[in-house]
Amino acid sequence: MPQVIGVPRETASGEKRVATVPEVVEKLIKLGFSVSVESGAGDAANFSDDTYRAAGATVVDNAAALWSGSDIVFKVRGPSAEEVALMREGGALVSFIWPAQNPDLMRQLAARRVTILAMDSLPRMLSRAQKMDALTSMAGVTGYRAVIEAAHAFGRFLTGQITAAGKVPPAKFFIAGAGVAGLAAIGTAVGMGAIVRANDTRAEVADQVVSMGGEFVKVDYEEEGSGGGGYAKVMSEGFQKAQREMYAKQAREVDIIITTALIPGKPAPKLITAEMVQSMKPGSVIVDLAAEQGGNCELTEPGKLVVKHGVTIVGYTDLPSRLAKQSSTLYATNLFRLAEELCKTKDGVINVNMEDDAIRGLTVIKDGTVSWPPPAPKVAAAPAGAPAKPMAAPPAAHGHGSQGAPMSGGKLAAMFFAGAILFWFIGANAPAAFLAHFTVFILACFVGYMVVWNVTPALHTPLMSVTNAISSIIAIGALVQISPPMDDAATRPGGWILGMAVAALVLTAVNMFGGFAVTQRMLAMFRR
Amino acid sequence: MSASLAAPLVTASYIGATILFIMSLGGLSHPESSRRGNLYGMIGMAIAVLATIFGPSVTAAGIPWIIGAMAVGGSIGFYAARTVQMTQMPELVALMHSLVGLAAMLVGFTSYIDPAASTGFSGTEKIIHEVEIYIGIFIGAITFSGSIIAFGKLSGKIGGKPLLLPARHWINLLGLLVVLWFGREFLRAESIDAGMTPLMVMTAVALLFGIHMVMAIGGADMPVVVSMLNSYSGWAAAATGFMLSNDLLIVIGALVGSSGAILSYIMCRAMNRHFVSVIAGGFGTSGGTVAAAGSQPAGEVVPISATETAELLRDAKNVIIVPGYGMAVAQAQHTVFEITRHLREKGINVRFGIHPVAGRMPGHMNVLLAEAKVPYDIVMEMDEINGDFPGTDVTMVIGANDIVNPAAQDDPSSPIAGMPVLEVWKSRISIVMKRSMASGYAGVDNPLFYKDNNRMLFGDAKKMLDEVLMALKV
Repeated sequence: MPQVIGVPRETASGEKRVATVPEVVEKLIKLGFSVSVESGAGDAANFSDDTYRAAGATVVDNAAALWSGSDIVFKVRGPSAEEVALMREGGALVSFIWPAQNPDLMRQLAARRVTILAMDSLPRMLSRAQKMDALTSMAGVTGYRAVIEAAHAFGRFLTGQITAAGKVPPAKFFIAGAGVAGLAAIGTAVGMGAIVRANDTRAEVADQVVSMGGEFVKVDYEEEGSGGGGYAKVMSEGFQKAQREMYAKQAREVDIIITTALIPGKPAPKLITAEMVQSMKPGSVIVDLAAEQGGNCELTEPGKLVVKHGVTIVGYTDLPSRLAKQSSTLYATNLFRLAEELCKTKDGVINVNMEDDAIRGLTVIKDGTVSWPPPAPKVAAAPAGAPAKPMAAPPAAHGHGSQGAPMSGGKLAAMFFAGAILFWFIGANAPAAFLAHFTVFILACFVGYMVVWNVTPALHTPLMSVTNAISSIIAIGALVQISPPMDDAATRPGGWILGMAVAALVLTAVNMFGGFAVTQRMLAMFRR
Repeated sequence: MSASLAAPLVTASYIGATILFIMSLGGLSHPESSRRGNLYGMIGMAIAVLATIFGPSVTAAGIPWIIGAMAVGGSIGFYAARTVQMTQMPELVALMHSLVGLAAMLVGFTSYIDPAASTGFSGTEKIIHEVEIYIGIFIGAITFSGSIIAFGKLSGKIGGKPLLLPARHWINLLGLLVVLWFGREFLRAESIDAGMTPLMVMTAVALLFGIHMVMAIGGADMPVVVSMLNSYSGWAAAATGFMLSNDLLIVIGALVGSSGAILSYIMCRAMNRHFVSVIAGGFGTSGGTVAAAGSQPAGEVVPISATETAELLRDAKNVIIVPGYGMAVAQAQHTVFEITRHLREKGINVRFGIHPVAGRMPGHMNVLLAEAKVPYDIVMEMDEINGDFPGTDVTMVIGANDIVNPAAQDDPSSPIAGMPVLEVWKSRISIVMKRSMASGYAGVDNPLFYKDNNRMLFGDAKKMLDEVLMALKV
């Protein structure tokens, strides 16, 4: 009997997202589940009931019927007190929970003897957990939307232009914190033509900033700020002072600041002081993505857009919800990946396997027993910092031409010595005629050596076919044997010789004509 | 009619031909000049052959035979050259090497049984002449049988796995001793008939030696073998030149021989292998150095669909394509070009990264891409492009494995440690197209597949690329 996945309408005010979308409903059904959706659940994200029906879901009229008829409930926000009351005993719920911040909710849920998977508790350091990482996908949406909000509040173009009506300078962004949201913001702003600078206390993200097209601004102070789990940690006093000076300088120079600095379990660090806001140019914009945790800017008012000292400060806490269709689709896909992990047998029945690191981390309540916080995942012990240096340094660069490292002096001397002995031996014993040929041979080897090193590697195949063609010069050997001028023809086994010489000539002719023709054919293909 | 050219004139023609041949090889330094280079080669060959025919060594009686033989051989050659598929170039080249080897053998035998060839030799000169014949036939026979086996392996008629006889090195050594012993017998022989037996025995041993040598070499080492046989065919020609006291043959043989030797050396270095160990054979099956269990890459591969691949490509700014033997097998080069053209029209910078040993012979990938009309100035060598991976959005690896294996740099216990590789994992996302998770010819697992920024596109390269192209065009 397949289990039923239920998707209720989000009840939190202003929440426009929905936990699954029609496209994903089809995939869930392929996994063996039945899917029921509360009527109107997707309206705010532009998914009508009909599209869900078309995808194969059952549409249920009210929340009570949905909750009671579902084995597993997919949600975005954590459940309200009323929703907790509707939960079926022995059922499962997947949503954001934030167990550390919501101890009351955890108590209520545990009392219902249910299983809770908290999308926010996913061990993010597991590489295979990335496909389920809803925090990351939501942060990406947030970063994108932050730039859009900033552009909306900003009175100028972002991109620099030279028009008939005058020159427009490009807008300058400063992004504080280059996590997922920060990087998404960098990419979006660069894409819109702005000049983007960014800073992060974790030095290893500098490359990522540059790869997104931003410029990394360093704090002039030595301290490593990686705090495990992909987050930053609280920094020392000296560092914070240097950091404040850097921020103050950036605030005077840039047009738009986007702050994303969060430290887990702590209020957001106050990076932008009231004086810094005052020092900004009138018309500048600050988008504070940490508003929900108190804000990175002293003047932020969570959930609101305010104008202070001529600077617009955006403190919205619902940015993913403001891009509801996109974030719903991403979130639904994250949940689908989770469903795949939970239901490896594809028979529509979930198995909450507590041996699996990823599932273990997600599961905050198992059948009414609180299992949060999880034991430290094993991978956290692995060095999360800079990747291990390659042990074997790659060999020095070598183009064609002057190839390879020069031989060591001793080896070279030994080779010269051996060569000298060989030549002395040959010179002392061989007749003059042979020596002449030998000289030609050695010189030709050197000429060949010099010439062939200059052949470009792209043409190595034509080189082989052309050398193959010219090695059919051996035909000359056969030619002179066919009918040489004879002094005494009597003792010569002419028939044999003629037969073999003609055979050799046929073979070399195949090579001669075939080799040159195929080389010509190949070379004709090389074009710019 | 014939014999109208005097001997000095023939020699002068030979010098001209030699210069043309050297210029022919010199022309290959750049694609622009290469077509002219090939023309020089043809002219040089024509001059050499005509000068010989009209020179004092050939009488009128031989002309019809010569014309007949050239016509037959020439038409076969032309036919083969016109019909061969570019993916079959390694096979064709191997087959042609075998012809050179066989011709060298025949010329050697003929020279031995022809009393006219050795008249006027005595004492040391006679011995040297006979040694030259002996060595010439020896090299010719190895080239012949080795190339035939290489042809069989390349065309799939013989399995690619190395055949390893027990005590194979001792067998080779024994063969060498037999050859030396019969060489002594051969030189002592009083008459041509008496010398024939040791010569035949030596030829048989040399043929077996060639077969055994190539049978023991694994599929991934084929580029080395093909270039080595190329070299041998040159040395065979040079030996024939000594035998006939013909400087032109010596020079050309030396040119071809050193060319093949250099190619073998380049290939060996590209695999970080020693030439001797390639020839000794048996790479990737002995299993003595397989990485310890502890260093097995752990983790999960992330599959990707053709549609998602197309989306990644569409959103990229810089794309590098790394083709391998899999592209040749699937005949996917034309689809690769279509994708390349499509992306370039959208302003995406697409380039190709070619590893020296990608494919089954040196430069194999370049020829395939050229056939598919990919402009050669976006086809880069490994050293040219390796520094550019960090700034690349998407790298597509098509049917290659060992040449993109990060273990070569990271894992000193890996059998391929130290081999230069294309650093595809430094790009933002790499997509590996592969039929399954099987390891490459070297038999080494590839940690690249398990990297976070790697995606696997499973399936036949041609079919999947067609789907990618379709998705791109939507």
